[in-house]
Amino acid sequence: MLVARELTKSFPSGDRTITVLRDVSFTIADGEFVAIVGPSGSGKTTLLGLLAGLDTPSAGSVLLDGVDLARLSEDARARLRGEKVGFVFQSFQLIPTLTALENVRVPLDLRGDDNALARATDLLARVGLANRTHQYPGRLSGGEQQRVAIARAFVNAPRVLFADEPTGNLDHATGVHIVELLEQLNRDANTTVVIVTHDAELAARARRVIRLSDGLIVEDRVRAA
Amino acid sequence: MTTPVTSRATNLWRTLAALAWRDTRTTRRRLVLSMSSIAIGVAALVAVDSYSADVVRSIHVQARSLLGADLSVSARRTLPAPALAWLDSLRARGAAETQVTTFSSMAVGGSLAGGGKGTRLVQVRAMGPGAPFYGKIETSPSDKWKELQSGPFAIVDSALLIALDAKIGDTLSLGYERFAIIATLRNVPGDVGVASALGPRVYIPDRYLAATQLLTYGSRAEYETLVRLPSSMDADALVKSHRELFDSLQVRARSVADTERSLTRSIEQLGRFLGLVGLIALLLGGTGVASALRAYMAEKIDAIAVLRCLGASASQVVWMFVIEAAGLGLAGALMGVVLGVGAQLVLPHVLGSFIPVDVAPQLEWRPMLSGLALGTWVGVLFALGPVLGVRNVAPLQVLRRDDDRAQGSSRSAWRDPARIVAALVLAATVVSVCIARADSPTVGLWMSAGVSAAIGAIWVAAIVCARLARRLARFRWSFIVRHGITNVDRPGNQTRAVVLALGFGAFLLGTLAVVQGNLLRQLSSAANASAANLAFFDVQTDQAAPLDSLLRSRDLPVLSQVPIVPMRIAAYQSHKPPLRARGDRRDTSASGAEANRPSWAVRREYRSSYRDSIASSEKLTAGRWWTSDGPDADGVFEISLEQSLAEELGVSVGDTITWDVQGVRIRTRITNLREVEWTRFEPNFFVVFQPAALREAPQSYVMLTRVNDDASRAKVQRDAVLRFPNVSTIDLTLIENAVGTILDRVSLAVRFMALFSVVTGVLVLVSAIAASRRQRVRESVLLKTLGATRSQVVRMLFTEYALLGAIGSVAGILLAVGGGWAAVHFIFKTPFAVTPLSLAAVAAATMLLTVVTGLFAARDVFSETPMTALREV
Repeated sequence: MLVARELTKSFPSGDRTITVLRDVSFTIADGEFVAIVGPSGSGKTTLLGLLAGLDTPSAGSVLLDGVDLARLSEDARARLRGEKVGFVFQSFQLIPTLTALENVRVPLDLRGDDNALARATDLLARVGLANRTHQYPGRLSGGEQQRVAIARAFVNAPRVLFADEPTGNLDHATGVHIVELLEQLNRDANTTVVIVTHDAELAARARRVIRLSDGLIVEDRVRAA
Repeated sequence: MTTPVTSRATNLWRTLAALAWRDTRTTRRRLVLSMSSIAIGVAALVAVDSYSADVVRSIHVQARSLLGADLSVSARRTLPAPALAWLDSLRARGAAETQVTTFSSMAVGGSLAGGGKGTRLVQVRAMGPGAPFYGKIETSPSDKWKELQSGPFAIVDSALLIALDAKIGDTLSLGYERFAIIATLRNVPGDVGVASALGPRVYIPDRYLAATQLLTYGSRAEYETLVRLPSSMDADALVKSHRELFDSLQVRARSVADTERSLTRSIEQLGRFLGLVGLIALLLGGTGVASALRAYMAEKIDAIAVLRCLGASASQVVWMFVIEAAGLGLAGALMGVVLGVGAQLVLPHVLGSFIPVDVAPQLEWRPMLSGLALGTWVGVLFALGPVLGVRNVAPLQVLRRDDDRAQGSSRSAWRDPARIVAALVLAATVVSVCIARADSPTVGLWMSAGVSAAIGAIWVAAIVCARLARRLARFRWSFIVRHGITNVDRPGNQTRAVVLALGFGAFLLGTLAVVQGNLLRQLSSAANASAANLAFFDVQTDQAAPLDSLLRSRDLPVLSQVPIVPMRIAAYQSHKPPLRARGDRRDTSASGAEANRPSWAVRREYRSSYRDSIASSEKLTAGRWWTSDGPDADGVFEISLEQSLAEELGVSVGDTITWDVQGVRIRTRITNLREVEWTRFEPNFFVVFQPAALREAPQSYVMLTRVNDDASRAKVQRDAVLRFPNVSTIDLTLIENAVGTILDRVSLAVRFMALFSVVTGVLVLVSAIAASRRQRVRESVLLKTLGATRSQVVRMLFTEYALLGAIGSVAGILLAVGGGWAAVHFIFKTPFAVTPLSLAAVAAATMLLTVVTGLFAARDVFSETPMTALREV
């Protein structure tokens, strides 16, 4: 379970302080598929960063499986991410010096998991890249790179997967394919998926949509099953 | 009035320059950092050239003081009658003359009668009245030089006072005469600082020389006459016009101009050698510039594509970056010039002990301007490769990015005529710089071949080591280590440039360590073996038996007693023409006669020996050893020649040589050639005779013994010298100390030059890290996002830099073993052994430097928060 309690994030800017998020609170249950939407500058990415423990809030707290992220050190948050969190980015963020298989292994390698090879191979096969395992990112198309990124995001069987504009750099057909993949993995592993997106079509596929505007939640709607 | 066309062209250039300036706005610091790798090479060149110019200027100003006269005539024996007659004729025309006699002898602290305090082998210079005619010998207390001639006085090196435990006012015995020490030497024009390491100097008045009774039969001394000429006479012309006379008399004549020429030549050679290191550092810095710019241009592709969309032609874009590169090259070279002027002030402390003049540093414009020009030019040439690559950036790339096309693959670079021309111009620049620095085009070509070979060898070693290192990633290391290893190959990592510069530094330091280690090992093994460690020489025939019994009475072994007979070559028959005189090659253009001067090997005095068998330090390389003892039917004796001497004379087995032994002619035939291990502590000879040839000749002896403890060794030397004042001793530990001192000074100079290369390596590394900073930050925050802790990121970087340092040091050290072997084998001609400890120390230091520099330069990389990954770096 992922809980946001009265999250506020402010940045100093010259003499002023800019508040990007104000008193944001919600609870996301295990296995939910949530889209966070809103116009540019509404605070979507800041919220995602706080939820994933990539950043610390100015006030309020984030609880992942009951653990208050703000109370953990940076390294402890990194370890927690390694165990319970997966990420998919708009620009794929693969490491160019590693092959597809090596990229997928990274989260398991970082914690010294012996099953890294088998698990990474299996996940690459599940995203349809069984025959591309030894290619470097530069040799893969955008869609293939995002599939590698999804395989990497799921390799550590995360409790929560955060996706930041996962279809933003892809053509429509590939984007649809990627979303279907996310949905399938969400169903199969009961992983909570939190997506930040501008894409109305993608947002429409989520069961719950949280809409932000000027750092405030203006809508939190659950689509009828 | 300017035409519209020229004003349009001027405007275009102005616009391009302005664009170039604006383009660097956000990256100026980083670009200047990349160019600073050139600065170090420029600094080395400016420092070395300025210092040589300082020294050459000082030599010119002080040349007369260095010789101490307008003209000097010297020989290894008293001057022969024709030379004296010539000097008389000069005196008749108004010249003044005085004598200087130089030889080695034992000095005893305290008087002979008083039993003496200590003994030390010294270089005695007996000075005639008025010597030197020019230049001032400075003493402490000051102005004591003029008192030297007024009695049995001595002025000595302060090191001698320490060795003899004496002070000013004490007595010093040389042979049978006592001298009062009135001062110590502070500065002697023309003497290099390290000279006293071999034997402290003792100046005495000439008129007391006979009373010492030191110059007996077989003693080695140099007899020099200093001449002061009236201003109407030209010393240089006098020497040149009588060259044949001097050669035939085996006499050396030097004018002030000769002295200046030969010293200037030596300094220029030293400058040339050190300048080579600077040139190599400059080229290594250049490779750093090329790789830094490659990374920079990769970042610029979007901006270039936009410029192309807005109507800029490919050539305008190229020119814009060429202007940028020239500006940055100029900035780097300027930094280099400033650093070089600073280093010029340090060089006298590093090289001062090898330089015979007092040097006052001053700003030398020529080296500064040529360093500035060369640095800028080399910067532009190295930048051209990556800059020319941007011609291929199409305007379409604004919409669709294609990295491969933008940069051009390395294969297409080889086919690109513009880049080939750039490479050729670079090669031509290196060759022209070498030729300009050498005294002949041939030497220049050899120098450029040497520079290319050194860089090429490091390059190949770096590539091989990097390939091997890449294979390490295949082993089952932890992810952290594997990732660190793969990172060495990171695009834009400038691995090759960094490894080249670090490797060259490790190569210089490693070679130095190997050579130094081998020479010292050779000396200490000679000292430790159950061989001799104390030699008595100039032992006269009637002194041999008493000295033998003196040694035996103290249970000291007489390990060998070797006869020595001085002689010269009277005539010889050679199968090929004799070599030119070595020291006079510069004069070959002066006249045909100069070119045909007989070699030093023909003119020198030989100190030969006789025995019936080959020594353990020798190896026969041709012919056979004699089995009988006596002349053949024609009265010809057999001799054995050292191999390199035979080559110098152009003779071999079967050829004949006639020797002049104190006026007696002895005809000999070469029966065999030998290779001699000169470094052994025992008398070695160029020429060994059949005993029957020399047994009756006037001779002196060298006697060798071994005394284990220092106190007994000092005591036996003192007692022997007190009984036989003309006998000198050589203590092996003193030689070890002297060689150690000289090696220390030499290695200081080499280390100083190696420093330029090491600093270049550090700068290339720092600029490489700065150039790939974006990529590194992106990767480290991504890893943190995926669960990596800060310490894991640091360990990855540590592995990367440790491996980079390891590749550089292994490449450098492999070559250092080769270079060290070549130096030890060909120059010092001693057996070679790898010195693993010193090499390991060099490798460890290189790695440590790389790791510390790398982690320091990248410290902001691992402190970035993972949120940056979301925000896009």
